[in-house]
Amino acid sequence: MLKIEDLSISVSDKEVLSDINLEIKKGERLALLGPNGSGKTSLLMAIMGFSNYRIKKGNIIFKGRNINKLSIDERARLGIGIMFQRPPTIRGVKTRQLMELIKGGDFNVDKEAEELTLKKFLDRDVNMDFSGGEIKRSELLQVLASSPELSLFDEPESGVDLENIALVGKVMNRILDKNKDNAALIITHTGYIFDYVEPTKGCILVGGRVHCIGDAKQILQTIKKHGYGWCVTCEGEKLKAKHRSLEK
Amino acid sequence: MRRRKVKSKTSQSGKIDITSYKSKTKSNIYLEDLQELSADQKKNMLAAGVDPSQKARSGTYIQMDHSVVHSKSLYPGLEVMSTTEALKKYKWLDDYFWKVVSFSADEFTKRAQVQPHHGYFLRALSGVKATYPLQACLFINDNNIIQNVHNIIIAEEGSELEVITGCATASDVKRGLHIGISEFYVKKGARLTFTMIHNWAEDVAVRPRTATLVEEGGTFLSNYICLKPVKTLQMYPKAELVGQGATARYNSILFAHPDSYMDIGSRVILKAEGSKAEIITRAVSAGGDIIARGHLKGEAKNIKAHLECRGLIVTDKGIIHAIPELEASIREVDLSHEAAVGKIARDEIEYLMARGLSQGEAQAAIVRGFLDTSIMGLPDVLQKEVDKAISSCEKEAF
Ligand SMILES: Nc1ncnc2c1ncn2[C@@H]1O[C@H](COP(=O)(O)OP(=O)(O)OP(=O)(O)O)[C@@H](O)[C@H]1O
Ligand SMILES: [Mg+2]
Repeated sequence: MLKIEDLSISVSDKEVLSDINLEIKKGERLALLGPNGSGKTSLLMAIMGFSNYRIKKGNIIFKGRNINKLSIDERARLGIGIMFQRPPTIRGVKTRQLMELIKGGDFNVDKEAEELTLKKFLDRDVNMDFSGGEIKRSELLQVLASSPELSLFDEPESGVDLENIALVGKVMNRILDKNKDNAALIITHTGYIFDYVEPTKGCILVGGRVHCIGDAKQILQTIKKHGYGWCVTCEGEKLKAKHRSLEK
Repeated sequence: MRRRKVKSKTSQSGKIDITSYKSKTKSNIYLEDLQELSADQKKNMLAAGVDPSQKARSGTYIQMDHSVVHSKSLYPGLEVMSTTEALKKYKWLDDYFWKVVSFSADEFTKRAQVQPHHGYFLRALSGVKATYPLQACLFINDNNIIQNVHNIIIAEEGSELEVITGCATASDVKRGLHIGISEFYVKKGARLTFTMIHNWAEDVAVRPRTATLVEEGGTFLSNYICLKPVKTLQMYPKAELVGQGATARYNSILFAHPDSYMDIGSRVILKAEGSKAEIITRAVSAGGDIIARGHLKGEAKNIKAHLECRGLIVTDKGIIHAIPELEASIREVDLSHEAAVGKIARDEIEYLMARGLSQGEAQAAIVRGFLDTSIMGLPDVLQKEVDKAISSCEKEAF
């Protein structure tokens, strides 16, 4: 579904991602882990095509097509959707108006907003004074309405209370289960969301580089025990062996 | 740098040669039934908020070029006629002419005095409160003419009057000059809501000269909407609050297309104790130049007034220059202002694009949000007209 080849990205002339190689196959859910400032959000923004995130080299290939030069809306219409970590506020535009603009024909805005306990937010300006958890739910509502084939979830559970994590997980699954081929890239620090959405693999990003690709939950365990630094030094087969021994 | 650029433009774009317009044109016949208007005329009037079907209207005045084409009230206690007719009917009306607007103010007022072409007279009798607005349309049907109108609105004591005026041109009119003298009187405890929607042709020059006198406890609400291309538009309407507790509020929504030039301000002079004023402007430049002025002058105790101007620049071209002025001659006044001008935010556009909206759709949505008119507290009928005007402008601009 998505293939990233040798990708380097810079933001205002600073390289934030270097030589990234990643693949997400149909139906896969890749968990992306990594410390603050390691470039996780930047990777999502680059996949989506945000103008601040310039491709220095490499390719982004979606559904077999090089999308390096496509505009954001073209990528969205090809089937990529993103749940933002920090979406902007849009004054004067009501959430309901935005939903009407992005939804497909059979999407019932009121019913789905109710499901996400967002009904009364429909008549508020987009993201204006929303709490952290409210932003997550409103982002999910928008992604749900646009039914992407590849969903990019940026920290879906951070700042969300326990009850709402279940709700967030449920809606993420609805988005993914619309089609068995639907895939996702999920950024998480805690892995709490894994209780609801099963990752098929995981990888670590540190300092703008991918350091390890393997089982998401194992990687998370390792980070919890040994920290990110350990992951950076651990490589390939060595890592797998360590993981195995850790499990015992 | 920026300032200088605007100044030099002012002298360029502000220049109008009155003699280059025809002052004679054929007359248009009076229509009993507005359905006799041509489809094109109806369409252009509608875009200026004037509804020929008169649904949800209390009466209509239509002037085409130099002829009164329709003039009728549908509501008891509301009067609708041309100012020419009104002057014949009411001897006292002389006192209302050139009282708040001075005929010697500039070349345009002078011209309107020596060569008037009617204008509307709208009046709500004492205590009359109509459900629906009166509508008036000043229409330019012939190419290259000058139209000088003199309008009077009187809201007598305790009355409540809403007026929608639309200015428009026939689709084949390319060039013209409209001079509109308007003098409004809001008597004790009365309330006048005046909404003006401009829908001129691209090469029409417009010089409204408007002033309002508000008496004790009276309220004057002025809404001005100009979303269509206009060559040059300059106006600086003024309200004088002369009675205790009088209130004035000016809302303006301006959209400058490429090559449009607008120099628009609102001025309130608070002369009476406890009077209040608010000036709110939303200006969008999609390539044209806007000078948004505002002036609050406090001359009496316990007055309160606020001026707010926000500007949004959508393209790389285009200038918005906000010039707010506060002036107080005594101490116990509360005058304030805020002004903010900025470019449309890239991250907002891209956010919407990530949801599948094209760049144009995203810009339009943001601009519409920026122009959010719900802050203006318009009556429903007017709100609908404004929404319609914004939608149709959006379709053309992006
Ligand atoms: N628009 C920008 N301008 C300048 N620097 C930026 C910009 N966007 C990202 N960066 C920098 O790029 C680096 C990576 O940021 P990014 O947001 O991708 O991190 P992250 O891994 O998502 O972190 P977090 O876990 O805190 O969300 C950081 O050092 C950040 O400051
Ligand atoms: Mg991040």
